Amino acid sequence: MVLLKMKFNQQRRVRLAQGLWLLSWLAVMCGAFIFCLGVYLKTELLRRNEVMENTEIHVVPNILMLVGLASIGTNWVATRVCQDSLDASRFPRWKVLLLAWFVVAALLCCLLLAVVVLSYVLQGRLEESLKVGLRNGIRFYKDTDVPGRCFQKETIDRLQMEFRCCGNNNFKDWFEVQWVSGRFLDYTAQEVKDRIRSNVDGRYLLDGVPFSCCNPASPRPCLQYHLTDNRAHFNYDYLSEDLNLYSRGCRQALTDYYMGLMNSTGPGVLSVILIQISVILSLRYLQTAVEGAMALENPEGDSEGYILEKGVKETFEEVKVKVLTMIKLAQVDPEGVPDEAEAEKAADTAAEKAASPTPAS
Amino acid sequence: MAVLRVKFTKTKRDKLAQVLWILNWISVVTGVILFALGLYLKVEINKRVELMAERDIQYVPNMLIAVGLIACAINFLGGKICYDCVDTTKFLRWKLIMLPYIVCTFFFTFCVLVGALMCYSMRGELEESLALGLTQAMRFYKDTDIPGRCFLKRTVDMLQIQFQCCGNSGYKDWFQIQWISNRYLDMSQQHVVDRLRSNVEGKYLMDGVPFSCCNINSPRPCIQQQVTNNSAHYNYEHQTEELNLWMKGCRQALLEYYTDIMQSIGLTVLITWLFELSVLTGVRYLQTSLENVLRQGDPDSESDGWLLENSFMETARINLNIIKSLGKNNHIDTAKNGDPNIDVPSTSKAHYGPDNVPPKTIKEAS
Repeated sequence: MVLLKMKFNQQRRVRLAQGLWLLSWLAVMCGAFIFCLGVYLKTELLRRNEVMENTEIHVVPNILMLVGLASIGTNWVATRVCQDSLDASRFPRWKVLLLAWFVVAALLCCLLLAVVVLSYVLQGRLEESLKVGLRNGIRFYKDTDVPGRCFQKETIDRLQMEFRCCGNNNFKDWFEVQWVSGRFLDYTAQEVKDRIRSNVDGRYLLDGVPFSCCNPASPRPCLQYHLTDNRAHFNYDYLSEDLNLYSRGCRQALTDYYMGLMNSTGPGVLSVILIQISVILSLRYLQTAVEGAMALENPEGDSEGYILEKGVKETFEEVKVKVLTMIKLAQVDPEGVPDEAEAEKAADTAAEKAASPTPAS
Repeated sequence: MAVLRVKFTKTKRDKLAQVLWILNWISVVTGVILFALGLYLKVEINKRVELMAERDIQYVPNMLIAVGLIACAINFLGGKICYDCVDTTKFLRWKLIMLPYIVCTFFFTFCVLVGALMCYSMRGELEESLALGLTQAMRFYKDTDIPGRCFLKRTVDMLQIQFQCCGNSGYKDWFQIQWISNRYLDMSQQHVVDRLRSNVEGKYLMDGVPFSCCNINSPRPCIQQQVTNNSAHYNYEHQTEELNLWMKGCRQALLEYYTDIMQSIGLTVLITWLFELSVLTGVRYLQTSLENVLRQGDPDSESDGWLLENSFMETARINLNIIKSLGKNNHIDTAKNGDPNIDVPSTSKAHYGPDNVPPKTIKEAS
């Protein structure tokens, strides 16, 4: 019971080989595209590395780059196979390699599917990573004199201006952190002393935000300090003022940005998967048709092409038996050859037993 | 005495035609590049048109766009001509067009050169335009409630953030204008009224700058208000403090930006001009050598190619004479109705002497 049998005459075989050669080169281009996509995504993630706490999300671009490179190699092999397929003297040397090729190509398709799934699944982890990273960034904003943290201020300022966001969840995060360094505080001033005494940790907290939170689209010059005090500014109502500062939190802004990037690459990856699957199926047809033709007395005659020689279940049983035999052979056996022969006999009888019930049914 | 005479065998002519065909197609590509560069410059200027006062700077990108399109067309035609020139019979089709084509292309290359030079000369006008435009924009910074000017605040803020600059020539320009609208000034407060009274025009001037002037590389939180008052801030000295605000003026920043773009565009146009000139020289040689072959009669023989048949002075003189005679031919000849074959007796009386008797006609010698 052959799976999806198709008849091929010589002309159809030639056409199939030519078409598959073109398709394989297209698949090589797609592999390069996937690799470039992976590189782009990785560079974008690395740019904001300082506000991310862990690098779990990097698995997505890493897999993309790996699959891209492997896909280029695999599909290039497919083009060579196509070129040799119509030459009876050169085709046999590919026979051994083709099984491995099918396994690798199927693995690549699975990996690409996994990437699409992962990019959705890892969203939560990305948010967590950003939350912790941004919290640290805001905490170390003032430490421009501590080596290792001296660029946090610039990083956070740039981030807030580029992504038009303020703080972790919103601008109130800045009220809970001392973001003005002690070097610039006059400890003899009464106001400073009051503020420092007003909280348990002795931090200089204020209801103000850095200048990078300012929204240029606001009609009035930016109000940074005394934000919760309506009387401190003329014609100002803290609760209804929404244009003065950026209202979005940076965690949300960055997550949206990266999710947007990965979603827009989704359709591209799916179409590459489809192309790869069609290459696999076409190559299987070509392989079986050419092998069938070579077995005939007249190599130019008609032959059959199929996907699987037997049905899906039977092929699966056969493969299982083969794998078990290989595992048994691979086991270190001190008794040596007789056991191998016994194992083979056992495998054969098992295959016969598997084959024999079928005629009865 | 021909100018730069070169001998051409048949194979040399064919090779020249083929090479020129390829070069013409490359020139089409460079024409497209010129067009794209002109378009890019136009887009870049239009992005900041609100910051530029009314000045005639649009002519540079417009010229580049026009030159690019014409270059494409001319070189496309040139490619077709050179492709046909390999075959002497096909050349006859183009024979009459080739000389006008070469003359047109020669004048066109002048236009390309002018375009390149304009790129470099635009700088002066651009500087003026920017100086005036930025002053206006800063003056209207506070007018976010007046239609037509309500986006200037955002434009100036984004400009200062993006180009890392402050004010026109420096941050002190902000001290001389009122950039806080009266809508946000509490007129009942004494210090506000004092400030308004402290200058002739009644403007609220202060030694403060907008937030977009803040330098992100500064180690301390940005000091925007009371910038010149050392005692207002702890551990602050405004003369030595360089990292607090952006030091560069926006006029200089924008000028540098546009000058960079125009210098690279100018360089590309100059290279294109040289390329076009060399293609033109090749086409001229091809034309003269093919014409000489036709004159000699044998399509496979050697022929001479030159740039000008006679020396420069001779050619100039001949052309001037042609132009003069063209002018003469335009005079309407009423005496003969314009036809030189009709014999019209002269209307004026001939004076044959005191007795006015025509002399006897002399018999012709046989």
